[in-house]
Amino acid sequence: MEPQDLTQSLHKHPFLSDMDDDLVKTLTSCASNVVFQEGTRLFHEGEDAKLFFLIRSGKVALELQAGEKGAIKVQTVGPGEVLGWSWLISPYIWHFDALALEQVHAFSIDASCLRTKCETDNHFGYEMLRRFSAVLERRLDATRLQLLDMYGVYMQDGGKRMDSETGKAKNEMEQI
Amino acid sequence: MIENPAASFEASAMIPSFAEIRRVVWETDDTFTLLIAPPHNDGKGFSFTPGQFNMVYAFGIGESAISISSDPAKPNMLAHTIHRVGTVTSALSKVRRGDLIGIRGPYGRAWPLEEAVGKDVCIAAGGIGLAPLRPVIYSLVTRREEFGRVIILYGARSPLDLLYRVELEEWSKLPNTEVIITVDRGDSTWKGHIGVVTSLFSYIKMDSRETIAMVCGPEVMMKFTVEELQRRGLTPEQIYISMERNMKCGVGLCGHCQFGPKFICKDGPVFRLPEVNHLLEKKEI
Repeated sequence: MEPQDLTQSLHKHPFLSDMDDDLVKTLTSCASNVVFQEGTRLFHEGEDAKLFFLIRSGKVALELQAGEKGAIKVQTVGPGEVLGWSWLISPYIWHFDALALEQVHAFSIDASCLRTKCETDNHFGYEMLRRFSAVLERRLDATRLQLLDMYGVYMQDGGKRMDSETGKAKNEMEQI
Repeated sequence: MIENPAASFEASAMIPSFAEIRRVVWETDDTFTLLIAPPHNDGKGFSFTPGQFNMVYAFGIGESAISISSDPAKPNMLAHTIHRVGTVTSALSKVRRGDLIGIRGPYGRAWPLEEAVGKDVCIAAGGIGLAPLRPVIYSLVTRREEFGRVIILYGARSPLDLLYRVELEEWSKLPNTEVIITVDRGDSTWKGHIGVVTSLFSYIKMDSRETIAMVCGPEVMMKFTVEELQRRGLTPEQIYISMERNMKCGVGLCGHCQFGPKFICKDGPVFRLPEVNHLLEKKEI
């Protein structure tokens, strides 16, 4: 793909759609098009985070290796989303595995290239940081909601199930 | 002058009618659907509008408010999908074909189906919150040409906790209809989305001016879903939610389900967001 075409394609990704043209052009020199087949590992926990991805199509699962329990899928990332921010934060190590659940088309962004541009062009660097902070905030909110186990039956201290229909449970209602 | 609800109260409203169980379908480990012959054997079936609920009586045990989850166009088979969480629902989970239960209803305000005619409809459901929305989806399917795009976003705790799997698959094949499902916890066989239901909004594009949203699920899920809908340009007037409280009488007399100045049973359970938005974050309500 020609750099001009790549810039245009990058601009269409929701993560960059409202970014100034000049800044997208700056990013283009660090970007390439990639395709992963189903079952491919995009990166492994503990490896150097040398890149990140802007997903165009397909779905990637983030997995945590949990000893005897094996790999636990904790989240999926899909079209229009960003995969990976470990490239941004020292020591630049992946904290999860990433597994393609289906064929994935993405833009791969070289982290070393991008960090250099962020350092030398502070306006660009701030814009990237601002966008990644928004992603991080939303992922943190989503993780908090997941931790709530909001669909589970409310448990009293000590794990005793409360009976919503006897009126003894103040905070739990019959699901209607 | 303060209205006295007891003045217009009819004692017969508190008397359940007998209804016969036709079938029990277990949807998940702890959630089941009762398929019930209509309580009034007058040949007309059981008339209701999507979003309404019945007081369902397990004789000798007690009553619970349960949303109606059947197709309003098929009034001869009433369905209630019930999460087994307490004494009454545990008793109801043990009924068999031919057993009798009590039904009072239908009660409550319905989803704004007529307001949605000609518009896109976004349905966001969490957990058993899909049950009160199922009659809406049936109606959208039956009257498909009257509505624009239909988006169904559904989140559950795990793949084993998903309700109505076969129907979700069927609905996803309908024209101009998107069904996106996510679970909070996947398993080794799950190839779908993992994450909370709000994360699914990243995968859809909505015409915010032409969409009516209907949301049902745990209160915290609805709170974040409503935020997400507004972030995407929907006004509070375009968003409807279904509230839950412990209902007892079902007719606005006892006060068990009071939610600020509202009674969920009588004024709800479906509310336009501006009616209740200011109450959602109050701890004491």
